[in-house]
Parts: sequence; C-alpha cells; structure tokens
Amino acid sequence: MRSTAAAVAMTITELAARRRLHSRTEVSAWIADNGVYLGLLLLVLVNLVLTPRFADLDNIRLQFVQVVPVAVIALGMALVIGTEGIDLSVGSVMAISSALLALYLGYGPLVAIAIALAGGALVGMVNGLLVSRFGIQPIVATLALLVGGRGLALVIAQGRLTEVFDPTLGWIGSGQVLGIPIVVLVAGAVALFVTILVARTTFGRYVVAIGGNPGASFLAGVPVRRTLLSVYILSALFAALAGIIQTSRLSAADPSFVGSLIELSAITAVVVGGTPLTGGRVRVLGTLAGALLMQLISATLISHNLPDSSTRMVQAVIILGAVYIQRDRSA
Amino acid sequence: MSTVVRVPDRPPPAMTSLDEAERAATRRERLAGTLQRNGAFVVLVIVALLASLLFGTSFASTDNFLNVLEASSFLGLVAVGMTFVIIGGGIDLSVGSMLALSAVLAAYGSQYGIVVAVALPLAICGLLGLLNGVLIARAGMPPFIVTLATLLFARGLAFAVSNEGNKIFHIDETLAVIWLGQGSILGIRVPIVIAGLAFALGWLVLTRTRYGISVTAIGSSEDAARLMGVPVARFKTVMYFVSGLLAGLAGLLVAARSSSGQSTIGTGLELQAIAAVVIGGTLLTGGSGSIAGTLAGVLLLNVINNVINQVGTLSSYYQQVVSGVFLITVVLVQRYLSREQRL
Repeated sequence: MRSTAAAVAMTITELAARRRLHSRTEVSAWIADNGVYLGLLLLVLVNLVLTPRFADLDNIRLQFVQVVPVAVIALGMALVIGTEGIDLSVGSVMAISSALLALYLGYGPLVAIAIALAGGALVGMVNGLLVSRFGIQPIVATLALLVGGRGLALVIAQGRLTEVFDPTLGWIGSGQVLGIPIVVLVAGAVALFVTILVARTTFGRYVVAIGGNPGASFLAGVPVRRTLLSVYILSALFAALAGIIQTSRLSAADPSFVGSLIELSAITAVVVGGTPLTGGRVRVLGTLAGALLMQLISATLISHNLPDSSTRMVQAVIILGAVYIQRDRSA
Repeated sequence: MSTVVRVPDRPPPAMTSLDEAERAATRRERLAGTLQRNGAFVVLVIVALLASLLFGTSFASTDNFLNVLEASSFLGLVAVGMTFVIIGGGIDLSVGSMLALSAVLAAYGSQYGIVVAVALPLAICGLLGLLNGVLIARAGMPPFIVTLATLLFARGLAFAVSNEGNKIFHIDETLAVIWLGQGSILGIRVPIVIAGLAFALGWLVLTRTRYGISVTAIGSSEDAARLMGVPVARFKTVMYFVSGLLAGLAGLLVAARSSSGQSTIGTGLELQAIAAVVIGGTLLTGGSGSIAGTLAGVLLLNVINNVINQVGTLSSYYQQVVSGVFLITVVLVQRYLSREQRL
C-alpha cells in the first residue's frame, strides 16, 4: 500500500518536473536535431578566421575527398543503425574489397571492381543471414566478420601491400569532372540513393519501422528478415565501394591497414549526426554533416600543429557532448 | 494442523504419455542448458586432445602449457571485468586503449620509483573507468558510445604521454616492479598467478555476493532490479570502474613483462575480450553468464593461436579467420541451444 502511494507521489513529482522542463526540453530537442549543423557552421567560421588558406578551392576539395570513405560507409551504417543494428565489419570489408581488386586487376578494372563489390556483398549477406535468419545479435555477428574478414583479406593478399597501377583506377582516384573530384561525385550519388531510399520508398519505411519495434513490424506484415538482409548487404556494398575508392586514391592495396577502425569513425559520424543508436530513425544529411564535422575537427587541429593524440581526445569529448545532448529526448 | 491445498502442477495420471513427453523435453532442455554453459570447456578439451595427438609433446608439455597460460593471463584479466559488464547488460570498448595507456604510464612512472609506476596507471585507468560508469549509470548515456569515446581518449592520452608514440619508455630491469611481469611464485609466473586470483575472486563475487547477484539482476531487467531495491546506478558504476581497473592492471603487467610501455599495444583487445566472454556462454543481452565460461573462452582463443603457431606452414592470418569462424560457430550453437531451452 505504502509503496503504491510512494509510486504515485513519485509519478506526480516527475510529471511536475517534466512540465517545468518543457521549454528547456524543446530547446534541447532542437539542439539535438540540429546541433551537428550548428557545430559544423561554427567550425567553418572559426577556420575562416583562424586558418590561413582555409577557403582555398584546393583545401575545400581535399577536405571533401578525405571524408569520402567514412561518409560512404557512414551512410550504410546509418541504415543499419536505423534498424537498431550495428555493423562492425565494414573496415574488414574494405580490406577484402581492396585485396580482391588488386588480385583480379589482371582481368581488367571493371571486372576487378565487380568482383570486389561482389565479395563485399557476400560478406554483407553472411552478416545479414546471421542477424535475420539466426537471430544473432548484430554486434556479435559483425564482430566475427570483423575478425575473420581482416584475416581473409590478408590471406587473399598474402599479407602483402600490392601497388596498383591502372589508368581507370587512377582516374577514379584522382580524376575530376568540372573541378569536382570523382570520388566526391560517387559519394554524392550514394548519398542521393540513400536519401531517396529512406524518404521515398517502402523499403525505407520498413527500415525505420523495424528499428522502432521489430515485433510490431513483423505482426504488421513488414518483411523483417528480407529487409534486415538487404540492409546489411547494402552496408557491406558501400564499404566495398569505399575500399575501391581508397585503393584507387592510394594506388595501393594494403589489407592490413586499410579501413582499420573506420567502423568507429562511421558510427561516430552517424551518432553525432543525430541518428539514435536505438534505431527507428535515419538521418542522411545529418550523417554526412557528422562525417564532415569529424573530418574538419581533425583537419583543423592538424593545420594548427596540434598532434594526432589531442585530435583523438577532442573527438572523444565531442562524441560525448553530442550524445549527452541527444540523451534528453529519449528520457 | 493447517490444510494446504495443493495445486497439481502435473497433469492427472490419465495423460501419462504427454507427461512422458514433457519429461523428455525437460531432460533435453536441461542438457542443452548444461551444454550452453559448459560448451566452451567441452570444445577446449576436444581441441587440446586433438592438438596433443597431432603435435605430441611440442603441444602437450608443461612448458607450452605454461606459455599458453601466460599468454592468456593479460586477456584474462580484461575479460573478467568484461564478463561483469556484459552480464550487467553493458559493454566496455575502452579496455584495449586503457591497457596501452596503463603500460605507457607504468613505464613512464617507473622513472620516479616503484610506487608511482604501480599507482599512476591504476589510478588513471580506474578514474577513466569511473568516468565511463558515471556517464552510463548517472547520465544515462549508451555504454557503446561512452566507452567508444573513452577508447579514443585513452589512446590519445597514451600517444600524448609518449610523444605521439615515438618515445618508448623503458623500465629499469633492477626495479622491483619488473617482478610483476617476469618473476614467479612457486615456479609459476606472476601474471598467471594474478590472473588466476582475479578469476577466483570474480567467480566468488559473481556467485556468492549481493553485488554479483545484483549485477545479474540488473542485466536481466534494470527496472525490476531497481524496484527490488538494488542500487542500480551505483553498482553499474562499480562495474565499469572495476573493468577499467583490471585493464589498467593488465597493462601494468604487460609493461613489466616487456620492460617497456608502448602506446600501440592492445588494439582490438576489447573485441577479443568480448569474443572470449561470448564464447564462454555469457549472453550479450545480459542477465546470464559465468566467469568459468570466460576462463574457458580465453584459454580456447589462446590454445587456437598456439595450435596455429605449431602448424608452421599456416600463416598467422589464418589465426584471425579461424577465430572469426569459431566465434560464429559457437554463437550459432549457443543460439540453437538456448532456443531449445525456451521450448
């Protein structure tokens, strides 16, 4: 009896507290939604004032080119996180695609690219099957592929760094169309594709529905398994694409290092961009802004001669800050 | 004499055949449960027996056995902390970076004497673990992100202390702290003894104390645990604090073992630890798991490494492939068994 009364009293206090916080919650909700753009704007302004030659076309181009692999992977990751999943294997998929590309380059660049993408898709399919058919938690399933995939990439490449000289790949890596680097155009195309997917297709609705409540989605007739499978294949395909881009840019396939820890950068970009880890929401533009924000932070610190170590620490603080702001909404 | 109305919990005798089937199902369920809990041990024994048959004394010798144990001890320390965190429904990605940070700090601190060499890394790692705990338990932030940030931060700090990884601090061989990594007690190397103690203590705490049982309750249902009067926030904070502290201890031992502190070690260790815990039968969803299973998981990973090293022709890359395949297999089997249990 007493406990019931206490519970009621607690609820009343809670409600009162919540009403008082109402206006504050609105503000913080706005910040949670748009904080990433605000941060990006602030950073650009700071750089315009402090960093010499920041607004140079070359520098802007460089920043965009450097963010491409993370941005492309983050877009796939956003879809996965939208279903309340996670894909830790993307870095290893990059390595596999890079190793396959180098291995099959003898058959011509297009064949090699196709095989690299197919290899990535295959890994994605394994991820997707483990998660959708066997009900294994995404973090464990993709962790296994992270460990095994990197090993597989090293086996394919026999652990060696292979230099890749090919005119087509060279063109992809450093070519430009109308002054815009081709890799940036590719990333733009991927972003457009994901935007349409999320905003305009049934598939996009399914993704968000599954992330919101998988049980209810299943009962409502959403093809949960098929959607999950597709999402993991897409994520791996984008990672393979990022592997191809990175290999073309560096003119080398280095399976022991390419894409190492990129899963963390991609997850960071997604979360900073306002997609909650609990799923049910996918923000494409926010994800891109998140990737760009993290890229600009490290570029800013490096251009002011701050070492790599402080870059990491600042990134850590920013991740915590971004998630702390978003925390209010879920409460 | 009070009359107790017994509610029949079994169907009436007329339905014997159904009863029989039910009992068989219960038996199967129990067997599946036992296998899920001890599967890692069974596999460990099988792998070890096969390796003994294949390689003879080069595998099955006391020396090699002790080597496997020593190699396991660093991962083992980290995995004990991780087991508690995962049973409590969380995850700690920061342990690998913490280990590196601790090793660097231990080597750096050794210039100022043994007390600093031991206290500095433990204090800093404990503090970072505490920070993890407070942000997760008090501020309600997701463990995955918080410990991801600590992963970055600790690695950054390790690099900052060691001049961007260019400076490798060495520990003077005459300093007593070296004993922690290279000394032995009754012929057994100190890291093995320390890790063994950690496992024993972890098992005791998990199964025999209010804290351990509360952690399991928190992992099953945080709300229910709170309603039962478990101090959820405090216990969760302790969980991450201990995990950080154990990672720090492991780093200290690694530094003492190699007489130096390098900022690049321990990358991916968090994933290895998670893999060991999961292979050991602890569910990532929290609420169930065992320290003994984790011990089997850690040993299994290291025995596999050892076996692959014995096969000289296999490149070390296969090690990763085998580990990955192994993790999937174990999880699939566990998944199958726990489904059986629910029937």
